[in-house]
Amino acid sequence: MITKTVNQKAWFLVLPVLLIVALNAVIPLMTVVNYSVQDTFSPGVFFFEGTKWYKEVLSSPRFHGALGRQFLYTAIILAIEIPLGVLVALAMPRKGPWVSACLVLMALPLLIPWNVVGAMWNIFALPDIGLLGYGLNWLGFDYNYTQQPVSAWMTVILMDVWHWTSLVVLLAYAGLSSIPDAYYQAAKIDGASAFAVFRYIQLPKMKRVLIIALLLRFMDSFMVYTEPFVLTGGGPGNSTTFLSIDLVKAAIGEFNLGIAAAMSILYFLMTLLVCWVFYTAMMRGEES
Amino acid sequence: MRGAKIAVVFVYILFLMLPIYWLLNMSFKTTNEILGGFSWYPQEFTLESYKTIFTDSTWYNGYLNSLSYVLMNTVISVSLALPAAYAFSRYRFLGDKHLFFWLLSNRMAPPAVFVLPFVELYSALNLFDTPLAVALAHCLFNVPLAVWILEGFMSGVPREVDETAYIDGYSFPRFFIKIFMPLIAAGIGVTAFFCFMFSWVEMLLAKNLTSVAAKPIVAVMTRTASTAGYELGLLAAAGALTLIPGVVVIWFVRKHIAKGFALGRV
Repeated sequence: MITKTVNQKAWFLVLPVLLIVALNAVIPLMTVVNYSVQDTFSPGVFFFEGTKWYKEVLSSPRFHGALGRQFLYTAIILAIEIPLGVLVALAMPRKGPWVSACLVLMALPLLIPWNVVGAMWNIFALPDIGLLGYGLNWLGFDYNYTQQPVSAWMTVILMDVWHWTSLVVLLAYAGLSSIPDAYYQAAKIDGASAFAVFRYIQLPKMKRVLIIALLLRFMDSFMVYTEPFVLTGGGPGNSTTFLSIDLVKAAIGEFNLGIAAAMSILYFLMTLLVCWVFYTAMMRGEES
Repeated sequence: MRGAKIAVVFVYILFLMLPIYWLLNMSFKTTNEILGGFSWYPQEFTLESYKTIFTDSTWYNGYLNSLSYVLMNTVISVSLALPAAYAFSRYRFLGDKHLFFWLLSNRMAPPAVFVLPFVELYSALNLFDTPLAVALAHCLFNVPLAVWILEGFMSGVPREVDETAYIDGYSFPRFFIKIFMPLIAAGIGVTAFFCFMFSWVEMLLAKNLTSVAAKPIVAVMTRTASTAGYELGLLAAAGALTLIPGVVVIWFVRKHIAKGFALGRV
C-alpha cells in the first residue's frame, strides 16, 4: 500500500479530466433537469411546471410497466450469468497452452458492436431460417419471437447470457488465478472435498471480483437498450420495452420532452442509488 | 472430474460460437438461398455481399467513420487520464475521494438519459455530425474508466521510483514520459483496449450524434435494415466485418487481458 502525500497542486493534473467529463455530464444533466420542470408550446418559449412531469411519470402505468420489466430482466440475467460464469471459470484449465485461446474466444462476444449482437441474434433466431428458431420448432416447441412475448423474452435473455457471461467468467477466472498453488496442496493434504475447496478457498478469493461483476452486470443490464431494441424493437406489443427503450421512445420518437426528462432523472437516481449501495458495501468489504 | 470440466468449457464455447457461425454462414449465401429455407452451410458460396460493401461508399465510409472516432476517443481518453490517474495514485488533495466517485458515477449514467441533451450540446458547439463529436461524447464513460484502470496499474509502481528520479534531477514531465510511462506500458495497453472496445460497441450516441457526413457503420446497418427491405446477406456480411477490429485488438492484449480484468476495474 502506497502512502500518499498531501499535495493540492495535484488538482492541476486532474483538471483536464474534470473539464471533459463536466462538459459531457454536467451540462447535459442540467439540460435534463431544466426540461423536467418546464413545459413548452413553441420553440424557445418555456414556463415553469414544478413537479408536474414527475407526478405524471410516477403515476403512469406505462412507466410502472417498463420499470417492472426492467427489474425482472435484470434479476433473471443476474441469476443466470453469475452462477454460470463462476461454473465456467472453475472448469477452465489453470495453466497451459489452451488458456489464451479459451480467453480470446470467450472475450469475442464482448467486442461485437451491440447492434450487431442484436442483428446476429435476429438472424440466429428466425423461425424459418435461423438455427435457434428452426431448431426449436423442429424439436416441437412453438417458437416465434416476433409474435409471442414468451419467445421474445427467452430470446432477449439468452442473447444477454451469450453476450455478457464471458465478462463474469473473465473476472472470476482472474480472481481464481490469484490463488497460490500452496493453498490447493494444503487442502489436498487435509483431504478436503472439492466442495470444501470451493467454499473455503475459491469463493473467498473470488468475493471481490464477484461483487464487481455483480455491480457491472447490474449497471449494464439496467441500461440495456441497443440489443433488445434491434432484436425485438420492444415488442411484440410492449412486452420487451425496458426503461431505456421506453425513454428513447418518449424523447426522440414522441418528442415528449418533459416526460422524458423526468423519467431520465428518476432513472439516473435509481441507478446511482443502487450503485452507491454496492460501492459502499464493496469498500467496506475491502477494509475488513 | 477432468472430463466434466473440459465438457463445460467446450459446451460454453460452442454456445458462444454458434450465433457467430450462423452470421458467417448467412453472409456467404445468395439472397435466393436465404429466402429459400434452412440450410447448415452455403450451397452456392458467394462473396457478393462483401463485394457490395467494399464497392459502395456509404458502406465502407461507415467503417472508416467508426474507426476514426474510436481511435480519436482512445487517444483523448488515455492521454487525459494519465496525469489524473497519477494524481489519484500518488497524492491526497481536497475532495479527492468525492471526485473519484463522481467520475465513476458517470460510468453508471444510462446513455439513453443523455441522448437528447448531447444532440443539443454538440449542435451548439458546431460539432454535430463530425467524428469528433462522437469521440468527445464517448469520453463520458471512457475517461472515468481509463482513470480507474490506470490508477490500479500506477499504484503497483513503488513510490521510490518517483523519488529517485526527482533526486536525479528529472523534471516532472520528463520523468513521466521517460521513466514512468514505460513502467506501466502494459497498463496503458490494457486501458487503450478497453477504451477502444467500449467506443467501438456503443451505438445509441454514435447514431444520434451523426446524420450524413460522419455516419458510423452501426447506423448504416440499422438504416439499411429498415429501408432496403430485408437484405439479410448484406446485413450479415456487414456484421461479420465488424468482428475484425475486435479480434485484432484482443490478439494484441491477450497476455494482459486477465490481468486487466484481475484489477477488477472494467
